Amino acid sequence: MLSVQNLAVSFQTRRGEVEAVRGVSFELEKGEILGIVGESGSGKSVTSYALMRILDAGGTIKRGSAIYSGIDLRRASESDMRDIRGREISMIFQNPRSALNPIRKVGHQIEDVLRQHASATRGDARGKAIEALEAVRIKDAVTRYDAYPFELSGGMCQRIVCAIALACNPRILIADEPTTGLDITTQKAVMDLVRDLIRARGMSSILITHDLGLAAQYCDRIVVMKDGEIVEQGDPASLFSTPQHVYSRKLVDATPRAGETIRNLLPPEDRSPMLPYAIEDRPLLKVRNLRKTYEGKSGPVEAVKGISFDIKHGQSVGLVGESGCGKSTTSEILVRLLDPTDGEVIFEGEDIGAIPAKGFARNPRRADIQMVFQDATDSLNPRHTSRQTIAEPLKRLSLLRGNKLSVRIEELAVLVGLPLPLLDRFPHQLSGGQKARVGIARAIALEPKFLILDEPTAALDVSIQAVVLNLLVDLRAKLGMTYLFVSHDLHVLRLLCDHVIVMKDGEVVEQGPSANVMTAPQDPYTQALLDAAPAPPERRQDLLLAGVS
Amino acid sequence: MTDTAISPDVKQQGRFDHIFYVLRSNPVTLIAFVMLGLILFCAIFGPTLAPYDPLLTNAPNALQPPSLEHWFGTDNVGRDVFSRVIVATRLDLTISVAAVAISFVVGSILGSAAGYWGGWLDIVLNRILDTIMAFPLFVLAMGIVAALGNTVENIIYATAIINMPFYARLVRAEVNIRRDAGYARAAKLAGNSDLRVLAMHIFPNALPPMMVQVSLNLGWAILNAAGLSFIGLGVRPPTPEWGIMVAEGANFIVSGEWWLAVFPGLWLMMAVFTFNLLGDGLRDMVDPRKRT
Amino acid sequence: MLSTRPRLRATLLRILQAFPVVVGVVVISFVLTRALPGDPAVYFAGASADQESIEQVRVAMGLDKPILQQFVIYIGDLLQGDLGQSLSTGRPVAVDLANRLPASLELTLTALLLAIVIAVPLGVLAATRPGSWVDHLCRVVVTAGVSLPTFFTGILLIYILYYLLGVAPSPLGRLDFIYLSPEHITGFYLIDAALVGDWETWWGAAKQLMLPAVTMALFTLAPIARMTRAAMLSALSADFIRTAKAAGLSNRKVLYSYAFRNALLPVVTTLGMVFSFALGANVLVEKVFAWPGIGSYAVEALVVSDYAAVQGFVLTMALLFVALNLCIDLLYTAIDPRIGFLSQ
Repeated sequence: MLSVQNLAVSFQTRRGEVEAVRGVSFELEKGEILGIVGESGSGKSVTSYALMRILDAGGTIKRGSAIYSGIDLRRASESDMRDIRGREISMIFQNPRSALNPIRKVGHQIEDVLRQHASATRGDARGKAIEALEAVRIKDAVTRYDAYPFELSGGMCQRIVCAIALACNPRILIADEPTTGLDITTQKAVMDLVRDLIRARGMSSILITHDLGLAAQYCDRIVVMKDGEIVEQGDPASLFSTPQHVYSRKLVDATPRAGETIRNLLPPEDRSPMLPYAIEDRPLLKVRNLRKTYEGKSGPVEAVKGISFDIKHGQSVGLVGESGCGKSTTSEILVRLLDPTDGEVIFEGEDIGAIPAKGFARNPRRADIQMVFQDATDSLNPRHTSRQTIAEPLKRLSLLRGNKLSVRIEELAVLVGLPLPLLDRFPHQLSGGQKARVGIARAIALEPKFLILDEPTAALDVSIQAVVLNLLVDLRAKLGMTYLFVSHDLHVLRLLCDHVIVMKDGEVVEQGPSANVMTAPQDPYTQALLDAAPAPPERRQDLLLAGVS
Repeated sequence: MTDTAISPDVKQQGRFDHIFYVLRSNPVTLIAFVMLGLILFCAIFGPTLAPYDPLLTNAPNALQPPSLEHWFGTDNVGRDVFSRVIVATRLDLTISVAAVAISFVVGSILGSAAGYWGGWLDIVLNRILDTIMAFPLFVLAMGIVAALGNTVENIIYATAIINMPFYARLVRAEVNIRRDAGYARAAKLAGNSDLRVLAMHIFPNALPPMMVQVSLNLGWAILNAAGLSFIGLGVRPPTPEWGIMVAEGANFIVSGEWWLAVFPGLWLMMAVFTFNLLGDGLRDMVDPRKRT
Repeated sequence: MLSTRPRLRATLLRILQAFPVVVGVVVISFVLTRALPGDPAVYFAGASADQESIEQVRVAMGLDKPILQQFVIYIGDLLQGDLGQSLSTGRPVAVDLANRLPASLELTLTALLLAIVIAVPLGVLAATRPGSWVDHLCRVVVTAGVSLPTFFTGILLIYILYYLLGVAPSPLGRLDFIYLSPEHITGFYLIDAALVGDWETWWGAAKQLMLPAVTMALFTLAPIARMTRAAMLSALSADFIRTAKAAGLSNRKVLYSYAFRNALLPVVTTLGMVFSFALGANVLVEKVFAWPGIGSYAVEALVVSDYAAVQGFVLTMALLFVALNLCIDLLYTAIDPRIGFLSQ
């Protein structure tokens, strides 16, 4: 169907020419779904843009060819390409909301494509656009035709993008991270839809993703890319059971799966024994009937609707739910950045929920409750070096000064595995993983009793995520901290937490020991979440044993 | 572990690299810096540099075209135009710098507070700014000077008032988007009071876009001050000032004595141009994506 | 329909929002008129007034009454269209302004139209061909344009086109003395002359209008071109443009239906600021070209310390600007379907 040979793409940058894709070759068979998997900067998206010839300014195809039904896409004229795009090869993108023209009715956006490729005339365009909407299972397509993108949910927008891409019955669909930014249940719905449509129409497809688990579930064959090159390709089962290349092995290891321990995320040589930790049977934190109401544009909005739970000393509790479920609001209240509307937050016997967030900075409890933020880049002051960032809580809330202060900072750097020379760098000079370490060092600087982790690895590549998660587990054991781990990823929570709380629409729908919740969920919503999470093939038993030993 | 160590000196240079890159790829910014130096030099040493007394009249020598003796010619009462143009630099620059400084300080304080705490403070500030902005700004400055009295100080206050909304709005927006930034919340967890978070963590990060605004505004402030004196407000003759000189020279343009108006006008243009180029250059350094 | 009612509400809300602004403008205008440091009666009586006439003015203006009562009287006067008497012309300020307003509007609107017609295509071309000569031209125009003092550009144009080349008519007013003013219908000479079919006068008025309009357009086209270019660049780099390209839409469609329509929104917003600049520059340009509009009226009044005239002018300009801003926002509401749904 499509044969890519030795394709190379380079970009003109201020530091000279940078080769983003260095001689990539692969075949796409008829009716096949091919996954291209890689971490950020692997060149997987650039490859797809090169195939469509929609590279950003400064990007050019240097070498190679991409033959589609006898035409070399690299050498085809611009007007030929325009006929190919949308009619022969289509593409869907990440961030569906911004992938649609914000001020044009979605129906008109579909009509534009139909008219362009002469698949519709002025007269029948509307009818065909509505058909295209119905094809992507949009209910009430006639009404939706007149909607603007901002009136639709993210998942609905992605369906519209699919409708645009599939309107002219192309032969190939390229999907570039189509579910990034969507909730896990929406992700499943969108992916199922895309797969069904591709199968039903006998199309071929390329799925570009960073999520090996997702690719394994939906693709017939997977290509693993790293630094602009293909390191390995094969079918999902054999890739997972017997990865050949060091990098794909690392990637397979780092992808969280059922029935594994957190150490298994690391390459075998880094798997040190777990440190022991103790959970005491007395609550550190008791939350009772917690409520939070915001003043919205159209009346009050209840973000948290009276939730209650306990967290024991030394426990690691997971708080899971999809966007808008109230988990972020809850964690902001617990860390005392936000005042609850009603209810109690009893920390070691004291109702800290009653202390206004405004004055909590001067409360002696401040040092006991700290937080690691979601986005490491955003949570570091761009004008402070790592040293200044880590020093901040120590200067404000401890008595350490001068030499003792710098000794403590270096001690913390060692503890989180941050090389000492990096202490004098600014955030923009650090990698994502290094920034995460600085954020963690700051949070544990005062040896808090209770640490809230708000999706601390959401912005990291899986291989870095594996390292950071293991670091967090070790720190908890070493410092005897209690964790509240906020996440949308059940697989990650399973590895990290003893106890799980599932939230939906501001309410707790289920809570219990993580083993129970994960294997025998009581609530249908928990079940739906578990079902929606991509399930990569399990590792073969012999390899699993080899890894543990 | 997975962190790749890059030798420190390679990455340390990042910031300077960027500045050098911007200067090299845009030599215009470099020229702007040189021109700024020239303007400051004239402002500081103007009276010493001027070859003639800018106020000394010499009727027999009136309306002489530019010559080696009088580079920019002489005006209708025989004063040396070059000397007057050079000496005027200090006054024009003082007016605009003082006005921009006042609006920067007042705007920053009001805007930061409104952007950080929001609520009624924000509403009241916005109402006031809306009302100021509801006037065509130059016209408002005219009205203020006319009402307060025709003096140089009042020109400064009027220019400061019409500039203030730009700073207040900019700071408000910059502070507002950073109010809930991770590092601001982290600073609170580290035991900083709201005021400290605002002053030590948020405001310094809002400064770069402010500096761009300052540079662009200085040019605009000079234009406004010169415009006000052009229509007879503020500075009075025979004080040398670019706007007045252009106004006086305008009467002679239809009879062909172009140098009276053209030289002060060009000088004024150059000053404004310098600050605008500088602003664009700073913008490139602060944020290469916003290059226009 | 889904969208009509919230949008109608947004439109009405926007119109309502103009009222507090008008109140604010009137308050500031009152403060500028009455709460001067020093004695307003002295100002309003004029430079050559004696003690007795100052007292007369004080009583006539009600300046002996408490400040709140003065405000009420001021509002009452305003509602009747009374802006006081001009010292220099001896007529009511409102009458003078009404007579001269069409001249100012004709000049300003012509200049703005000229600026938009040049600046928008320039900005679009510059954004679609980065690094080309159009782009460089746009950069030069944008940076030089905002640096030009309007009064100086005007003088320079007069020197070159009138004195040196002799192609422009003498820079004195709206119409050379050889023509008779067209019959007063709208007050806009170009429109009035066209309405009565007097094309000779129309051409005469157009020639007079050309230089001042170009002067002002040079100043106002810079911000429009800058914004158009920036908005177009950011629209072109948006994700939805990539979707449109990947769907094979033609360049024309991508550029105009997708990028340009979106880029128009910030450009329309900028127009408010441009109006502010234009109305300010209007004063200077009118003085340079002896244009008989309200700007030169205010400058003449300033010279003889005719404060009622100056303050009447400031208030008129502000109300004009509020009205223009309202029009711009309503235009924006008409283009952007999101208005009324999203918080801004």
